[in-house]
Amino acid sequence: MPPPRRPRFDPARDRRRLVRRLAGSGLLEALTAPHGVERYLELVLPGFSLHDLRAEIVHVRRPTATSVTLRLRPNELWRGFHAGQFVSMTVEIDGVRRTRCYSPSSSQHAPDGELEFTVRSHPEGLVSRYLCEHAQPGKVVELTQAEGDFVLPTRRSERLLLISGGSGITPVLSMLRTLCDEGHDAPVTFLHYARQERDVPYRAELIELASRHPNVRVAYVYTREPGSRLHGHLERAHLRAVDRCYRQAEVYVCGPPGLIEAARALWVGDGHEERVHSESFLPPRLLMTSGEASGSVSFAASGIQAVASGTTLLEQAEQAGLSPAYGCRMGICHTCTCRKLAGQVRNVNSGELSSCEDEEIQICVSVPAGDVELDL
Amino acid sequence: MQDTMTRLSPAQLESLGSELDALRQRVVDDLGDRDVDYIRNVIRVQRALEAGGRGLLFASILPPAWLAGTTALALSKILDNMEIGHNVMHGQYDWTNDPALSSKEFEWDTACPADQWRHSHNYMHHTYTNIVGKDRDIGYGVLRMTEEEPWEPRWLGNPVYALALALFFQYGVAMHDLEVEHIGEGELEWRSRPNLLRGIWRKVRAQTLKDYVLFPLLSGPQAPLVLSANATANLVRNVWAFTIIFCGHFPEGTAEFSQEETANETRGEWYLRQMLGSANLTGGNLFHILSGNLSYQIEHHLYPDIPAHRYAEIAEEVREICERYELPYNTGPLHTQFGSVVGKIFRLALPGRGGQKSAVHEAESNGRALAAGADGRAGTAQGRTAAAR
Repeated sequence: MPPPRRPRFDPARDRRRLVRRLAGSGLLEALTAPHGVERYLELVLPGFSLHDLRAEIVHVRRPTATSVTLRLRPNELWRGFHAGQFVSMTVEIDGVRRTRCYSPSSSQHAPDGELEFTVRSHPEGLVSRYLCEHAQPGKVVELTQAEGDFVLPTRRSERLLLISGGSGITPVLSMLRTLCDEGHDAPVTFLHYARQERDVPYRAELIELASRHPNVRVAYVYTREPGSRLHGHLERAHLRAVDRCYRQAEVYVCGPPGLIEAARALWVGDGHEERVHSESFLPPRLLMTSGEASGSVSFAASGIQAVASGTTLLEQAEQAGLSPAYGCRMGICHTCTCRKLAGQVRNVNSGELSSCEDEEIQICVSVPAGDVELDL
Repeated sequence: MQDTMTRLSPAQLESLGSELDALRQRVVDDLGDRDVDYIRNVIRVQRALEAGGRGLLFASILPPAWLAGTTALALSKILDNMEIGHNVMHGQYDWTNDPALSSKEFEWDTACPADQWRHSHNYMHHTYTNIVGKDRDIGYGVLRMTEEEPWEPRWLGNPVYALALALFFQYGVAMHDLEVEHIGEGELEWRSRPNLLRGIWRKVRAQTLKDYVLFPLLSGPQAPLVLSANATANLVRNVWAFTIIFCGHFPEGTAEFSQEETANETRGEWYLRQMLGSANLTGGNLFHILSGNLSYQIEHHLYPDIPAHRYAEIAEEVREICERYELPYNTGPLHTQFGSVVGKIFRLALPGRGGQKSAVHEAESNGRALAAGADGRAGTAQGRTAAAR
């Protein structure tokens, strides 16, 4: 796979590299101990970091009433991505850092490593709603390096079928844009499922791509517009209508679980399951409200699983043979503070439920409410 | 035993506990941008003072630059240790999920390693506040700060030890977790503490290198001036931190407790002990910030992990609760409270217990009389005061 392109000459980037080299020197670290150079520089250069991958929002567009398209410029630590991968983005909302995964929709060859994301707001989605309402150029967010193996093969396939549903459009659009940038000339069919026409982001861009690249064919299916030419959920007739030779294509599907299962079933029926590559965009899990201790506790770092016994996570960890740090065992000293990777816990002092992913919790006063995963 | 804590019935203790829990929850529910903006502003000011102070000292050949640079550096160290370091390491900002504000990751500009501090302070001191024999902040292992400590001739040196502790406070704090006094008594050996010693050595070395070697050397011929400025800044911070911290639990009127009576505390009793064992300082806004809001020691001990700038906002309510339950709310200006601490240091240098003021007497003489009479309960949490003897 070709590496992401970089411009040859960029004085701003060279200057940033120089700052990075100077700032990373041992002498400056010693002079700024114990905080380190970073904690000084970030006050004047918010996007700069020696250790953290950060990105500045450079452009914001709101294509539909419920979505936002962001263009981000990551700092020097960004190592590029392959179309189809995702990153974790951390934004601060009312003082609290929240992390969510998003797939870039831009080509992996975009100039200067710029990334584009389209986020659709969900009524329950704290981060998506925040981004739709408040994202502004100049704001800095934190990113992780790209992850995920939902990527095109290094040797680009002869015939490709890209299927997406709803906000699952982003990684496959990234694939399509990447292929176009590479001058890929084999047939590519882009089939997108949306509820209705006005829900489709990137409509204009897709039409433009198809008109410039004769090998690209774009088609939409509207699940809630019975009048349209193609409608309803994925079926063989849709595939035949968009690509007669769809059986020979490598298929990349991203969207809700239903769409992926339907695609898989069709190709299993044809005896070519290995041609289906998929990524599921799961809706956020429904939260338990009973506060009852139930489900399982998994201690990710030690690979131990336990059934929730109704006691605090600290006691559970100890019963499971772990010896996490602790102090007061009453929620005062924060010695036992531990990262909760997923799940919901209830604070035994306040009764409060907390369901954020990736947050610090005091395990001596937290009982699980549903399945919980701890970094222990 | 007739004393402060038994003056509340179990029912009163329970309602005290739930009132204080409710107050806490109200603040927790309101945490947000305002708190993060506040602490980041303090951090910005501290980093600017640090950079500005160090910069000015490169012109320390000029006396006004030496003075301004030293002042800025002293203020930077005070802010770093107190309003930022102490409070961040309490977990006051853990809810933000910001690694720069995380209690586990923060390291401060003082000789004491952050992890050892979290053990000796957050856990030992805040959990066992003022329990004689458990809270090692009572006298820091080198002073006689309670009548419970039997007098020996060595306590004649109490004022001298206190002065030495004040001057070298950062090292005193660093040695805290080592329990040096037990090493002296043969209960522990130095060798049993290799990790603690290594951690302290690493911190001391980094600070010494920065303040006493690198910055002086970089300033060329002004090296002695920069060295003296950095030493002065460390000294000012030491004396200031000592003064504020000793006003937290040692002014006359604060209560001490025994291990037996606090063995099975309820939440209400725990709150009560925190209130009776702590004392506040009055002063202006800047004073509160420079004291790391430890001037709101009572509020801090009730809610050690609530952002400290919130204490001022809830102080009136805590005070009102104290009045309603007829509990003392020990507060006063710095000179009175510190004068009282100094008096205690001198008094306890001498043998004998007679004629000492008790917590109860003190509180009464402060005009906040405690309810006399009906002891609803005996037992689990009886405050230990001289009056009982």
